[in-house]
Formats: sequence, structure tokens, C-alpha cells
Amino acid sequence: MLHQTRIMMGMPITVDIIDKWATVQDLGAVFDYLDRVDQKFSLFKDTSEISRINRGELGLSSASHDMQTVLLLSQKTRMETDGYFEIVHNGELDPTGVVKGWAVYNAAILLREQGFENFYVDAGGDIQAYGKNAQGQLWQVGIRNPFNLQQVVKVLAISDCGVATSGSYVRGSHIYNPYDPADSLADVISLTVIGPNILEADRFATAAFAMGRDGITFIEWLEGFEGYMIDRSGIATLTSGLGRYLA
Amino acid sequence: MSKFAHKPRFDLGLFLKKTAVSGFVVFSFILYVLDQRLGGSWQARQSPNPGAQSNVSSKVFARPTPQASIQPTITPVPGRLYKDGTYTGLKEDALYGLVQVQVTIQSGRMANVQALDYPQDRRTSRWINSQAIPWLTSEAIQAQSARVDMISGATLTSQAFIESLQTALDSARS
Repeated sequence: MLHQTRIMMGMPITVDIIDKWATVQDLGAVFDYLDRVDQKFSLFKDTSEISRINRGELGLSSASHDMQTVLLLSQKTRMETDGYFEIVHNGELDPTGVVKGWAVYNAAILLREQGFENFYVDAGGDIQAYGKNAQGQLWQVGIRNPFNLQQVVKVLAISDCGVATSGSYVRGSHIYNPYDPADSLADVISLTVIGPNILEADRFATAAFAMGRDGITFIEWLEGFEGYMIDRSGIATLTSGLGRYLA
Repeated sequence: MSKFAHKPRFDLGLFLKKTAVSGFVVFSFILYVLDQRLGGSWQARQSPNPGAQSNVSSKVFARPTPQASIQPTITPVPGRLYKDGTYTGLKEDALYGLVQVQVTIQSGRMANVQALDYPQDRRTSRWINSQAIPWLTSEAIQAQSARVDMISGATLTSQAFIESLQTALDSARS
């Protein structure tokens, strides 16, 4: 059983493998992959592919396969969410809202291909988990209290799915309402989405958060997804099927 | 010679048909977009508890331009203003792609709406179940003391903060 956390892509990333045959090299391979993603997609790195695209040094048609995949995924998500998922911000491309989930999911697939069955990858609260935890139970995921970051306000019991949380209580949020950029999205503080995998959960959590209070309704309508929204009064709203994930 | 040019006769039926179809272009596109996810049909959720309180707005999206709504945006016109049959509208630019709508009239009322020629080329035929509304529940959040394996929350720090911290540490070292 191996567990490691590193700060990458501006956040703590944890890989935890329960299967006994895991090695340090297996962990290293996951972090190496995520580092390559960061080199390509980080807006804070001048040499990243996304920065070069934004400066006009690289055309989209010459972009890497990964970049084209992410951009296509962004386009698909935009269409599926009536435009609420939007990666064009201030005239530049910022696919942060989908890259995290996509990268974590790919990292998890890397481990699955190695034959691991009980593990999770957690990138700053975007989680893909498979199998069981060290106690042989479903993975216990706490939803952070936005008003007291040391506390957990809800515990989910999950396996073989993804959990993503979009929130407004941190600096430098990349999410905005494309239909009203001045909208401070203040009413909804945090929206947690459970989906079939972290890629799906992340892209819809990002879009749904931009919808404000209507976001939880969007998740309710979406088949195969459940959500937990916390508003600025400390009231949480649950989708009707969330119960199956409660510990 | 008469100084009044002959005006083409205004065709009310055609005008109403075009208005109805273009309205449905946007309306059905919204539904179509809702349906554009992996497989699956767009189905309204059935309530497991009809008595549960629902505190949601009736519309799915908040938009500055009045369009998207689960309820039809066209007020039904009484009587048989529409002739039964199937009509195909013009291809319209629905902002995210071209949409073409096919409307079926039965007994003088709009019975079915189909979106054709969507960029991803999936055909959708949807009956709107206006009785189905989402059943959300609410609670006050409460701190939990249970042990957890990991925590999901919004990212604690932005990339910029970390980068800035790193450079500050670098200069602190030098």
C-alpha cells in the first residue's frame, strides 16, 4: 500500500494505492504524467503549449493531440451546457475547467492498465476512486465546509466514480457566468458533483457552478449525476438520487 | 397608371408557421443541447416522494435573453390555424451551430418537434413532460466527525499563489 502527496499544478495531488503490489515507480509514473500535463496546459508557464497558442505562436491545427482532445472536449461541454461551460476568458483560452478532470481520469486509467483495482487519485479535491479503501469499505469522501476549511459537512461513500467540487471561496477562480461576467456567483459557494468518472464530474461541475442556483437543477436533470450545493447561508441542496452515495 | 403599387397578399398561415418554427428552433435546440451527453435519452425524473418539497425555479438556465425554458415558449393558438402535416423550417444559426426543425401538426396542434441537421447529427424527438419537476431537498450543513479517506472541496490555492510563494521562498533563500 502506497500513498504520496505532491504539490503540482498549483494544488496538492495525492495518489493512494491499496493493492499490495504497488511500487514507488508506479506512483512516480502517475506524477510524471501529471507533470507533463502541467507543462502543456499551465497558463502560468510561458513555455507551455497553451501559452504559446494564446500568444499566437502555435496554431490550433498544429496543436498536440492532447491539446486538440481537450479543446474538443471543451467545445462538447459548451454545447451540452448551453454555453455555461466556456473556456474563452479575456480573449484567451483557459481550459482549466476540464483539464484537471481529464488529467486525473487519464492518470487513473494508467493505474488501471497496470492492473490496480483499489486506489484513488485526488487533485485538489477532484477525485477518481476505484475499489475499496484500506478498511475494505467504499472510499469515504468528505465534502469540505466552505465556511470552516478544517471541517467536513457531508460524507460520501463511493467507488468506481468521480467527485468534483467547484467553489467560489478561493482566490483566482477561473469560473464565471459567460452570460453575465459581472455576476459574482455569490449565492452558490460550493457545488459537489458525483459522476461516472472524474472527467464527467469535473466538466459538469464547472458548468453547473457558472449557472448559479440553477446549477443543482441542471445536475438533477442530468442522468447519472448527483450533486450537493452549498449556498452562502450554509444551506445545502441535494439532488434526489444523492442518497445512494451517503455513508 | 395607379400611384399605388400592388402589394403582395400577406399570407397569415405561412407567417404563423414560420414564426412558430423559428421559435421552436431555439426551444428545441435548448432541449437538444440538454440531451447531448453520453448515450441516454432525456427523461424527466419521476418523483419518489410526491410530497417532497421542491424549492427550485421552473427554468433550467438563467439567461439575459428570454428563451430557454422547460415550458413551451409558444402560446397554443386555439382552433385549427395549423394544418396537419409535417413541416421543416429553415436552417437557423442557433449560436452554437446550425439547427433545422421539423414540426408535426396533429389535430391543429403542435404534436412533435424534431431537430434535424444538428452538428453531431443525432435526431431527437421529444415529448415535453411538463408535469415532471426535479425533487431537490435542502438541509442546513453540519460538521461531521466521521473519519474520511479524502476531502473534496474547491481548490485551496490558485496556481498564481503557489508560483508567487515559490519565488518568495527563492529570494528568501538567496
